[in-house]
Amino acid sequence: MAAETRTMPLAKAINESLRRALETDPKVLVMGEDVGKLGGVFRVTDGLQKDFGDSRVIDTPLAESGIVGTAIGLALRGYRPVVEIQFDGFVFPAYDQIVTQLAKMHARSLGKVKMPVVIRIPYGGGIGAVEHHSESPEALFAHVAGLKVVSPSNASDAYWMMQQAIQSDDPVIYFEPKRRYWDKGEVSTEAIPGPLHKAVVAREGTDLTLAAYGPMVKLCLQVADAAAEEGRSLEVLDLRSVSPLDFDTIQGSVEKTRRLVVVHEAPVFFGSGAEIAARITERCFYHLEAPVLRVGGYHAPYPPARLEEEYLPDLDRVLDAVDRALAY
Amino acid sequence: MTVDSSAARKPRRSAAGKAGTTGGTTGATGTGRAARTTRSRKNTDPELVQLLTPEGKRVKNATYDSYVAGITPEDLRGLYRDMVLTRRFDAEATALQRQGELGLWASLLGQEAAQIGSGRALRDDDYVFPTYREHGVAWCRGVDPANLLGMFRGVNNGGWDPNGNNFHLYTIVIGSQTLHATGYAMGVAKDGADSAVIAYFGDGASSQGDVAESFTFAAVYNAPVVFFCQNNQWAISEPTEKQTRVPLYQRAQGYGFPGVRVDGNDVLACLAVTRWALERARNGEGPTLVEAFTYRMGAHTTSDDPSRYRGDEERLAWEAKDPMLRLRRHLEAANHADEGFFEELETESEALGRRVREAVRSMPDPDRFAIFENVYADGHSLVDEERAGFAAYQASFSDAEGV
Repeated sequence: MAAETRTMPLAKAINESLRRALETDPKVLVMGEDVGKLGGVFRVTDGLQKDFGDSRVIDTPLAESGIVGTAIGLALRGYRPVVEIQFDGFVFPAYDQIVTQLAKMHARSLGKVKMPVVIRIPYGGGIGAVEHHSESPEALFAHVAGLKVVSPSNASDAYWMMQQAIQSDDPVIYFEPKRRYWDKGEVSTEAIPGPLHKAVVAREGTDLTLAAYGPMVKLCLQVADAAAEEGRSLEVLDLRSVSPLDFDTIQGSVEKTRRLVVVHEAPVFFGSGAEIAARITERCFYHLEAPVLRVGGYHAPYPPARLEEEYLPDLDRVLDAVDRALAY
Repeated sequence: MTVDSSAARKPRRSAAGKAGTTGGTTGATGTGRAARTTRSRKNTDPELVQLLTPEGKRVKNATYDSYVAGITPEDLRGLYRDMVLTRRFDAEATALQRQGELGLWASLLGQEAAQIGSGRALRDDDYVFPTYREHGVAWCRGVDPANLLGMFRGVNNGGWDPNGNNFHLYTIVIGSQTLHATGYAMGVAKDGADSAVIAYFGDGASSQGDVAESFTFAAVYNAPVVFFCQNNQWAISEPTEKQTRVPLYQRAQGYGFPGVRVDGNDVLACLAVTRWALERARNGEGPTLVEAFTYRMGAHTTSDDPSRYRGDEERLAWEAKDPMLRLRRHLEAANHADEGFFEELETESEALGRRVREAVRSMPDPDRFAIFENVYADGHSLVDEERAGFAAYQASFSDAEGV
């Protein structure tokens, strides 16, 4: 592949990554509802069926358990399926196959059977969608041993993390921040990416650490800009991976800043922020100047679109948490 | 659709004017692909494909005879041997559970013909997706019977390499494996191979969404898969009437592939029908549903008490149709086996029982660190961290245990 750096939207970066995988590994398949001719409802798979044929880019019946269950069978046969669940709220018919079969197959076969299956899920809110189209169920998957859970925040990561997810012999749930699909970024197709499950410092700071992944990284960078105007220096971590979580990087940051706020769209209760708070409290007890605070969704069904701005973390809600943490 | 239990015998209100047949033909796909075996009949007892009567008499069947035309007396003795050894193994496992050596056992008693007949129809390159009761099929695939017992003893969750014998691990979540089988078959077709895949499931599983979805996917992609449903009449305590109001094999018609009901206690018929279905798969004709009509003569598992939900009369009626008895009668009547054969088999059978017993009792408990092994193929930092914590905790007892 010709080395190049191009600017493209996040959705296009995933498309280019899938294209590269289809080109380089004949065992890679793309499967899902409407992924073929239509190119997916977000056009993430646009043009792939035309170029790779309907035996590799497969329009499936409208049955999520069937999609994941047959992907497991294809993986047993030696294929590397990348399946699309059309929207976050539609993954639950497949939840049984993911949790009871996909996640456990490697362990229960004593390592004889690998499950290189990627499950792409456009997730999160902020696009004014109807019910079941705006949810953030990542904690429900991170809780399950055997699965890996990642979420890119920008085009370059979207490209490279997809490459790495496809190359992984473990099942990877790849959460795509759908409200960032159209955000453009530079993608170098010859970069040497860092490890898939390593967090990165998206912005350095000294007063407090903001930890986020997926759609909330952009917000946290905006928060850091706003805080800077008030003379606060915030460090922003892009966690990139929810399972495993890179606690070493978070710990390193918190030992420096002594304060941590975790931000995600998912409900706070039993969310990934709860796990981060517990473990960082344990690791950094003597460094912390304030309890770890969390900003996220409420313990209520995702609201109708006219209310989602109230529900989703925004600049002011995160700043409010920052203020509270700094007040200790 | 809600239909009361007598609906099949009288016209339903909605269908009264347009169809004088049972539910099967309404809603036909119109593809013309449904086999004659799925045609609904006026008789409410769907016809079983049967080649051996319970008395052991060979009956002709124009459609399926050709699939067992070349069968020799030696082959028949082989099938009988398979069934005897499978039943002996199964009885040994039940006894081992009673003696505390196994935590649980799911007996296949009564289903030997369905499993050996279908299992022996397979080629080595075919792939099997079992439930947790396919001990007879495992036997046909050459899986060491002792290996099947690991999960029931609690030392592992499946102790064999699925690709070693093309026999997938037992699946406990009901019906999940039918989708794996379908996906695997889709892969076989992509590879251009002429192997076939067989998915085992039961009458209870027929109610699962995954089974319905596997029928849909298999039909849409014309996957080379045989859906082999052992209708053993009971899903723990629930009779088949609680799962379906049409004969199960007729479900296939709605998906556009053939379904056939075979006498599941007739090993020859099961062999013939499965060969036919596998041949269809190999020829690119897509999936087939085989309903093997049989009976779970024992309990659901060793934890079950069937006396709470079914009577002895039913079991006695089915015992008269015992799958092994009829083949033995046939072998004896045709002079295909002498007393020496049965005596030798008895000796072999006892030896198998002893070997399995010894293998189970000497099966070591796994190393405690097995908890953390193989959780991931490529590793996971949390698992590493927890393993290290567990090791440190264990090491704190090192003085006492000498670890």
